[in-house]
Amino acid sequence: MAILKTEEFTVNIGPQHPSTHGGFHVVVNLDGETVTDAYCVAGYLHRGLEKIAESRTYAQFAPYCARLDYLGAQNPALGYVQTVEKLMGIEVPERAEYIRIILAELARVASHLVFVGSFALDFNGWTPIIYCFRDREKVLDMFDMVCGQRLTTSYMRIGGVADDLPEEFFPAIRKFLDEMPACIDEYDGILTGNEILIGRCKGVGILTAEQAKDWGISGPNLRATGINYDIRKVEPYGIYDRFDFEVPVGTAGDTYERYLMRVAELRQSLRIIEQAVNALPEGPVRTKVPKVLKPEPGEVYHRIESNKGELGFYMVSDGSDKPYRLHIRGPSFVNVAPLPELARGGNIQDVIAVLASIDIVLGEMDR
Amino acid sequence: MGNVEEKLETTPAVPPETKKPVAPVQPPAKIVKPGELLKVMEGLKAEGYDYLNNLTAVDYPEYFEVVYHLFSYEETGKKSVIKCRVENKKDPQVPSVCSVWNSANWQEREVYDLMGVTFTGHPNLKRILLTDDFVGHPLRKDYQLDGEV
Repeated sequence: MAILKTEEFTVNIGPQHPSTHGGFHVVVNLDGETVTDAYCVAGYLHRGLEKIAESRTYAQFAPYCARLDYLGAQNPALGYVQTVEKLMGIEVPERAEYIRIILAELARVASHLVFVGSFALDFNGWTPIIYCFRDREKVLDMFDMVCGQRLTTSYMRIGGVADDLPEEFFPAIRKFLDEMPACIDEYDGILTGNEILIGRCKGVGILTAEQAKDWGISGPNLRATGINYDIRKVEPYGIYDRFDFEVPVGTAGDTYERYLMRVAELRQSLRIIEQAVNALPEGPVRTKVPKVLKPEPGEVYHRIESNKGELGFYMVSDGSDKPYRLHIRGPSFVNVAPLPELARGGNIQDVIAVLASIDIVLGEMDR
Repeated sequence: MGNVEEKLETTPAVPPETKKPVAPVQPPAKIVKPGELLKVMEGLKAEGYDYLNNLTAVDYPEYFEVVYHLFSYEETGKKSVIKCRVENKKDPQVPSVCSVWNSANWQEREVYDLMGVTFTGHPNLKRILLTDDFVGHPLRKDYQLDGEV
């Protein structure tokens, strides 16, 4: 029998591929179907946001933040305006704080719905994304009511929010809160016990707690490894300390648990929204702040629990009306770094599963 | 444009209702010399700072400052800010802390890419956000931007 000549070969996943969820590029070396090595190429969506920030006033930069995580834009925008507020010692009216929480959690719901839908899609499961996008549409319709925008909402303002909630928002959110638990049961029913999903995910791409700490992982990916660390609990920003909710924590740290975390967080977000809507006080929604903000020279680091993990803003002021330096610590950027380590030794199809479960958004990763 | 700016300038910078001392927003930073950085960082990790959350750099007129924000996953109240100043602006070099926390790997590459600080001992110090053939480091203050920004 003739000896077959075999050799390792290199496959490019992306930058144009549905499973990379944006312009992201993974180069894998294969021995048959086994990944011997992998490396990531980032930066396809780099827009130089940090440099742009240096030539914009503090208020002007806020809309750019919606372009960080466009799947749940309220969260990065909230992080940015809170950073400026922290730097200047601006207080936000009560009503605005509650509105911020409602919208930030709705954004988390929207982002996690995209995750659940596209996660299943990466395993060729076409049903869940239809359900998820049906429900995400309800969130986006509410954003449209409140902000006039569906994705890049630009609603958070330094000192509060842009405008009060419209009348029609309240019946819509009540209806949403009534319907949503059954909808989550639906995805749960289709996906969580699904044998194909379990086969593709369980025990795949295990990230241990030690590895997660070493790589600085945050968000649901971290909690799937068993570490209970959520900024909303450990360093509550805004008024998160007033709400009763649980932080879902896993044990195995595999792809399957990273998925479970998101589904569990969907339910917790609904709990927070319900409490916030019930407790919403009357009053103004915005403090008077000057048109031109000139913080005292100084610096601040503020972090929030964004949709994908910990989003940090490091801001240095030199006393002028523009930031001297703004650094954005994007959770997607940090979370995806161990991908080669998780991919090595597995099958090529596992790379798709692991990447999907890390849940990256390129706007925030490449900035 | 000039007119608008003039009008805006006349708005008082801080209105009476928000005028109050700025809260101490973070613990005072510890300034470390590049030569001592690795030792300090290893010591901090042994003290329980197992979470290198953020690593970035700022270009000041006299020096580059590499900033590290450290936290702890277990003792959640712990936080520390370390700053490493490099006065050699022509060829700034700071030891890499990849051997202490892997999370420094990509973040140091980003700082190298955009700010041009070299991290000695980094396992793979290559550009990460910009293309390999890009010239210059855009986050430096002397970087010439072309066009209107």
